[in-house]
Amino acid sequence: MSDHAHAMPLETSTGLDNRKLAIWTFIGSECLFFATLISNYLVYKGKSLVGPLPHETWTTPSGQVLEPVLEIPLVTVGTALLLFSSFFIVLSLNGCQKGNRRAFVGWLLATIAAGSFFVGMQVFEFHKFYTEKGLGYTTNLFGSSFYTLTGFHGSHVTIGLIWLISVLVFGLKGKVPPEKSLNLEMAALYWHFVDVVWIVIFPVVYLIK
Amino acid sequence: MDAPAAAHEHSHPGPWVYTKIAVVLFILTFLEVALYDITDKGRPALVAQIFGPIFIETLLFLSAIKFALVAMFYMHLKQDHKLFSGLLVFPLTIAAVVVLALITLFAYLHHLHPALK
Repeated sequence: MSDHAHAMPLETSTGLDNRKLAIWTFIGSECLFFATLISNYLVYKGKSLVGPLPHETWTTPSGQVLEPVLEIPLVTVGTALLLFSSFFIVLSLNGCQKGNRRAFVGWLLATIAAGSFFVGMQVFEFHKFYTEKGLGYTTNLFGSSFYTLTGFHGSHVTIGLIWLISVLVFGLKGKVPPEKSLNLEMAALYWHFVDVVWIVIFPVVYLIK
Repeated sequence: MDAPAAAHEHSHPGPWVYTKIAVVLFILTFLEVALYDITDKGRPALVAQIFGPIFIETLLFLSAIKFALVAMFYMHLKQDHKLFSGLLVFPLTIAAVVVLALITLFAYLHHLHPALK
């Protein structure tokens, strides 16, 4: 990134930074990507021929009763933390833009911590579903569509975390001054995007029966 | 960056606005989960009766509000250049059409082809 990105006029046809246009275009394409995954989940919702099922108990031919797979309390905490991480990162960006390094680094650390909890929650959830509830990727339509949708979202959160950690490392070295705050802003836009995707996934997968 | 574009880029809201948005987001999420719990258990009966039939619509409405708040205030679309809004809204419109078309196809028009059943 140029050291004078905000100080000097940009010679672009729009007058806007091309990198910001690029990240918004990428986010637009990601909307379509997740729309197909959400469609896939909705199309196959309620069409599993065998259990375990998301919200209902399932009795196997041998008489074994399988409990509903989804558990709301833990994922609600994860959802709240992901929402708060969006709040934390705008405070970090605000700090960065104002040259407040303590706020920039501190809130960025809080964002990374909240995001890490969310990914940890998802790993714990997947592990529990697989080992305790018997839901594998190919067990039924619910398993396939659920793991595909939430797994892709989780991988996006993980990539976002790696991006944020790299910005943090540069920030700690003093390489993200206010005039380079767009570096953090682009990571923040991506982070907000994974947050808004979860805002849709959470009710669609966990709350709607 | 030209002056008008630069002005758009630097009028982001402050921490107080961000905090208010965070509180609203938290309340809306609480409402979503509370509605789920109420309709699931059927208690209180009056609230369950009111929201039971429109549970899905209510959840989608609350999610749409949360989505819009994050996009407008945290992603700064309310303050930034309109081109950025277009880059989100246009694909989102296509995405909504894709979701609705696929649901319509598989839920209501599946008799048209055996593979859709």
